[in-house]
Order: sequence, then C-alpha cells, then structure tokens
Amino acid sequence: MKGMKWTKKHIISINDFSKDEIDFVLEKSGILERKLNSSRTSSLMKGKILANLFFEPSTRTRMSFEASMKRLGGITIGFDYPGISSEVKGETIADTVRIVSGYADVIVIRHPVEGSARLASEYSNVPIINGGDGANQHPTQTLLDLYTIKKEFKKIDGLDICIVGDLKYGRTVHSLTSALENYDVSIRFISPQELRAPRQIVKSLSDRGIEVKETTKLNLKNSDVIYVTRIQKERFPDPQEYERIKGAFILNLNSLEGIRDNAIIMHPLPRVSEISTDIDATKHARYFEQAKNGIPVRMTLLCLVCNIKFW
Amino acid sequence: MAEKEDKVLKIKTIKNGIVIDHITQGKAPDVLKILGIDENFRDALTLAMNVPSKDLSRKDIVKVENRDIDTNEINKIAIIAPDATINIIKNYKVVRKEKVSLPERIIGIIKCPNPKCITNKEREPIASVFIVKQINPLILSCKYCEREITSEILTYLRSSQPSSL
Repeated sequence: MKGMKWTKKHIISINDFSKDEIDFVLEKSGILERKLNSSRTSSLMKGKILANLFFEPSTRTRMSFEASMKRLGGITIGFDYPGISSEVKGETIADTVRIVSGYADVIVIRHPVEGSARLASEYSNVPIINGGDGANQHPTQTLLDLYTIKKEFKKIDGLDICIVGDLKYGRTVHSLTSALENYDVSIRFISPQELRAPRQIVKSLSDRGIEVKETTKLNLKNSDVIYVTRIQKERFPDPQEYERIKGAFILNLNSLEGIRDNAIIMHPLPRVSEISTDIDATKHARYFEQAKNGIPVRMTLLCLVCNIKFW
Repeated sequence: MAEKEDKVLKIKTIKNGIVIDHITQGKAPDVLKILGIDENFRDALTLAMNVPSKDLSRKDIVKVENRDIDTNEINKIAIIAPDATINIIKNYKVVRKEKVSLPERIIGIIKCPNPKCITNKEREPIASVFIVKQINPLILSCKYCEREITSEILTYLRSSQPSSL
C-alpha cells in the first residue's frame, strides 16, 4: 500500500476495491478524523458542489453525505424525494446524471434500481458515489463498518466476527463479507434457518481460506465483533412464523453473558427491536459511533474522488 | 488438415452451410435453439449426438445446409459449448474453420434474470453486459446489478433472427 496512488474516479461497488484500496481508505479516514477533530478540514472542498440525487427516501445516508461535504467547506444541492425529480416526468437516469454532472463537482446517487449507480458512472463527467442501489451495493456503509472495526482493534486480521440476523437478503451483510474476504478473519453466521447466508457467499469465503461457521443459536461468545442486522417482516409469508423467529434473535443483556470483555456490537441502523435499548449503555455498544464514523469515511471518499490531497 | 476435413464431412456432405463440431455432449438441441432452427426450417439438417470423439469423450455435431452464422450466434454457442468449432462450407469445401471462444465480456445477448436490474429498465440507453468470472463451470456476473448466473444460462439468452445465406 505504501506509495499507493489513488486512481478510482467512482465509488460504485465494494467488489471494485482491492485490499490495498480498502486499507488506503481506512488509513486516510483516520488521518481525516484527526484533522476533523482539530477543525482543520473546513477549506478542503471550498467552492465545490456535491449533488445528492436521492431517488428513494434516506435520512441517514443523505444527511451523512451532506454533513461530510459541509465539514469540508463545500456546499450541497439535490433532492431526496423522487416526487420532485424529473424522473416522474419520464427522464432517464442517464439524462438526469448527464445534466447534473454539469452543475456539480461530485454526485451521490441512491436509486432503488440495481446497477443504477454503475450506469450513472458511465454518463457522468464528474465522480459518482453509490449511496445504495436497491438490494445490490452500498459501498460507503461497508467502508465505515470496516473503519469502525479497525479503529477499535487497530487491525482487522485475526479477529473473530459474528454476523447475526437476515443473512440471506441483507445487502449490508453481503458487502461486508465480500470485503472481509481480503482479511484473515473467522466468521460465524447466526440466523434463522430460513435466512441463512447464500451458499455462494459461504463457498467464496471458504475458498479464500476463511473459517466459516453457521448456527441458528444466538451464541455470542468468543467473538470480537458482533454485527447485528434487522430481520424484516416482509421476508416471511406467515406473520406468525416471523413473530416466533424474531424473538430468538433479539440481543438483550442476557445474551451478552460470557462474551469477550472487549467485544463490540455493531448495527447498520435503523434498528427496530433486534438490539434492546438496555444494551445502549453497555461498553459493548458501538452502533451510534459506527454511524458517526460515516462522516470521516465519506469525507475521505469525497476528497479522494475529487483528487484533493489532505495527508 | 485435409484428413480431418474428410472426417467431418463423412457423416453427411453438405454443399453450402455450416458444420458445428465438438459441441459439448447433449447440447446440440440448444445449439439449434440459438440458431433459431425449429419445425419451420426447410433446409437439410443433420444432428448427431453422443458421437465418440478424440478430444472429448462424447460430442454432438450439427450440420445445417444453406445457413450462415454471425458473431452473436458464435458467442452464444461459446457460452453453452466452449469447445465447439465452426466450419463454414462452400461448394463442399471447408472455407473457414474457427474455434468458438468466450469473450471476457458478453454484451447484449443475455437478458439479466434480475427484474430489478437497470438493464431491464425500459428507455435507459444500456445493453446487458456479463463478465465471465469462471469458465468451467461457467459463472457469469452482471456488470450492473452483480447478479451471478451459472446454470440455466440458455434461458436468459436473447432470441436471434435466423440469418440465411
């Protein structure tokens, strides 16, 4: 990684990243967070404009990008409600992006259609950052997840990571495991039988020499990172089945008995009931800090794609 | 070379057309589908299946009279029969012989099975692009939605118009 030159113009999928590129982003995010804490970032993107094109509602990701751009001294334009965009008039994503790339220096796009961000990158003169394309990718979430882990343990290699919840449909889980393939970790998947991780993901991890265990029991012992995701009601044809299953995957103080002293609990948020609120005050809870870590990571990515060197 | 040509032509000689040899065993009917050949096809057609082969243990062969083949069709055949060879016959002679080869990217000939993929959205200026991730067994990945397809690839091949000589 030493002396690595950043060449990526767009941030579309975590699968486009090499290990060196991931490590580069994590290292630079650390530098930027220190600068941010000493208020030395406010002119890095002065005079630059970020366009937020949110074709589906998202409070967190949009605000996180907006705050990141403003912390860098830039300004933001855009929309976060599809009802006011030209899409309702029948404009293609390609046309919207071509037009907006004439207004802004960088674009963040969230769209429910899978592959929309990749298409946008093919029609834009300015960098595109994928803020989530349907069930496909949300690369900045994965990078902030990894940043949170690295910040806590100063490393990713050698960690025992357990991932709990909807492993079948969860976009966050698929992207995270794909990124973890680059590291020497062990992974325990904990999910209801119906929501097990796709075979392809398990095979891909095993092929990379990563130890993978799968279980339906909520056993959180011997883990450094406990990554929890939401089990969505709409995944179950029978609502009673959902009610029966969801209870078995709710983390409360009892489920933390015997876990490692330095274990951290993460969640991409929003949580509904899968982590009980009495865990919030424990030393293990890291999900709110995880969301906050989105700021230095997204600030770093904005700088990198706009060729702004801050280190 | 001459000896090999004789062997190919021995099954049934055609005057003009194509001979597709070394087709993966059992895939000849799929090759016919790719060529758009159905019960309405009126020229001579020979289909040989499970023929002993030197290179493969068993192979299929398809011979079609008065039929040409285009790059799109060759690419599609490469997807289901990666060892196939195409012989173009003119006046009983093999005038061109080529082995199919799988391109790194397969553009515009496979419909992405994911209904939520941008390539299935009307009006966007986009062709489907599949990246070959693995050859044996074949794994293709959509460049846009990243959905992988393995088996049943033929189901997603877009239909082609038959091109005649």
